[in-house]
Amino acid sequence: MRQESIDLMGVLLSVRDLQTSFFTSDGEIRAVDGVTFDIDEGATVGLVGESGCGKSVTALSIMRLLSRGTGRVVGGEILYRGENLAEYSEAGMRRIRGNEISMIFQEPMTSLNPVFTIGEQIGEAVRLHQGVSAREARNRAVEMLRLVKIAEPEKRIKDYPHQLSGGMRQRVMIAIALSCNPRLLMADEPTTALDVTIQAQILDLIGELQERLGMAVLLITHDLGVVAQQADDVAVMYAGRIVERAKPEIIFSRPMHPYTVGLMNSVPGATGKRRRLEAIPGIVPSPLDWPSGCRFRTRCTRADDACAHSPPELVEVEPGHWVSCLKVSAADAPVLAVEA
Amino acid sequence: MALLEIRNLKKHFPVGGGFLGRGAETVKAVDGVTLSVEDGETLGLVGESGCGKSTLGRCIIRLIEPSDGQIVFDGQDVTALDADDMRVLRRRMQIIFQDPYASLNPRMRVGEIVGEGMQIHKLAKGGELRDRVMQLLARVGLREEHFDRYPHEFSGGQRQRIGVARALAVNAQFIVADEAVSALDVSIQAQILNLLQDLQEEFKLTYFFISHDLRVVEHISDRVAVMYLGKLVEIAPAEAIYANAQHPYTRALLSAAPLPDPSRKTERMVLQGDVPSPINPPSGCSFHPRCPFAEKICSEVEPALVRDGDHSVACHVFGPGATVGRAAETV
Repeated sequence: MRQESIDLMGVLLSVRDLQTSFFTSDGEIRAVDGVTFDIDEGATVGLVGESGCGKSVTALSIMRLLSRGTGRVVGGEILYRGENLAEYSEAGMRRIRGNEISMIFQEPMTSLNPVFTIGEQIGEAVRLHQGVSAREARNRAVEMLRLVKIAEPEKRIKDYPHQLSGGMRQRVMIAIALSCNPRLLMADEPTTALDVTIQAQILDLIGELQERLGMAVLLITHDLGVVAQQADDVAVMYAGRIVERAKPEIIFSRPMHPYTVGLMNSVPGATGKRRRLEAIPGIVPSPLDWPSGCRFRTRCTRADDACAHSPPELVEVEPGHWVSCLKVSAADAPVLAVEA
Repeated sequence: MALLEIRNLKKHFPVGGGFLGRGAETVKAVDGVTLSVEDGETLGLVGESGCGKSTLGRCIIRLIEPSDGQIVFDGQDVTALDADDMRVLRRRMQIIFQDPYASLNPRMRVGEIVGEGMQIHKLAKGGELRDRVMQLLARVGLREEHFDRYPHEFSGGQRQRIGVARALAVNAQFIVADEAVSALDVSIQAQILNLLQDLQEEFKLTYFFISHDLRVVEHISDRVAVMYLGKLVEIAPAEAIYANAQHPYTRALLSAAPLPDPSRKTERMVLQGDVPSPINPPSGCSFHPRCPFAEKICSEVEPALVRDGDHSVACHVFGPGATVGRAAETV
């Protein structure tokens, strides 16, 4: 039986100054460098950013699923219900994975084993984590498929992954992830490989299950539309750091970090039609050679010498709105927000 | 005048079957598409995986031979040309692919990749060729020193710039962009979209822009065609598609695309089920099993694409061709 949460504020997961590096022959890659955020019980936090910004590595660090030997957490704390997962033994982590924190990935085909039926794969998770009989595991598999709204689950448990469509496979992945009642689901680009009408089905399903089961979700995506519609809190990542954090109502109506602003202006259709997009110049710098100070400064139109000296702190510029930029201060926040 | 006219184009692929193809089934990837593209416009083609949009794009420049139908480019029947004449015409019709990692030869230098077309078409050689390539690289936002580098030394966005330069090298007039920005991050995607628009203005290009992303298509297109299971279900000017979509599939696509605006949490029209197999598409309107408005006739009779002004819709229930339901009664 689970003990009730002892956290004061209902915080389920608190990531504090997380640092994860990969050690390669070319040197140390500081993929995640000082990431801090909280996930409340039952809430959805959207972690958004472009390729290589460290959003997936953040999730893999929490789960301790980094490829052994090359990547590891080198600093910070991962407080899950008050306990630091970074100090857990491998056996301890095995009890956390699946039972407490589960994960689904972008490509459901490569995450499923092609030579086992989906019933066996859901059952495997249940048997490993909850030690039930084979028969019980089978029943649980059927029940889980029904939960993720797969028609005729008794028949479907005998199917192999290749017999299912992409959307169905992602439903199966969700069934496996939820089979042991985790409190936190980490979804890494769960709908990126899917068509837009199937994406809508899967996002609705995740939202509905979240409400029903009371779990929290860490939604990792590059799609600003998906976070705007799904998340309770949004954190924007760039080059291994969080550059801005706020509720979606705030961050989408008044983004302040130059990167967030640039990202939003890059989305076609968000503002006037056929208008030239205000693209961010240049490309993301190499993680082997991050710029000193603010890592966005090489592409930022507002950067000056001061930006090169030390990395800017994440500062609360208005209640609940955190921005990491020397050029942005509380004075930039709209008056009404300061009064509030 | 229409630069390109496609008439009742079909591409059927045989699949499975035993010895000598006996018992083989047919995938009707493109099944009777009629469409025209005006000189200088951007026609956006949207649809989900497997709807046949890429096959259609490749048929137009005959990278895939169509099974039936006609393609007329600037007055010439493309489908009737022999290989030599086709090669001459291809100088004017180019394609940019989705995956910039797979569509550039890894063993060729950038200068060779961009210059190859000009050599084949005997447009330039020697120092002149080099100068032309340098100009093109500069035009698409690459630098001179990139001339001697290999594709693996570039990021995804830069590779897509190489692909664009290659298409422009032979003075193409008409470019099929097949998911040309889909593999790119949004900030890089914006750079490439801007580049494509600038080049269109400068060189008076005509684009056939294929994408699954409705927002990108809305941004770049003058007109939008929506494809489902090998057929066009709606064609209209971009503004009309987004403001006044008629076909239930178009409306479902639009409502499913999440907006980057949390204050506009619209009720999504979530379609049930998956796209059916193109091997045995449903009878009548192939969208009817997923359509919330389907009537009896929809499973029996295939709706024709009916035109009203510049807006065409293939539906029994909505649009100018409606014969049943509320829309028809008010007419």
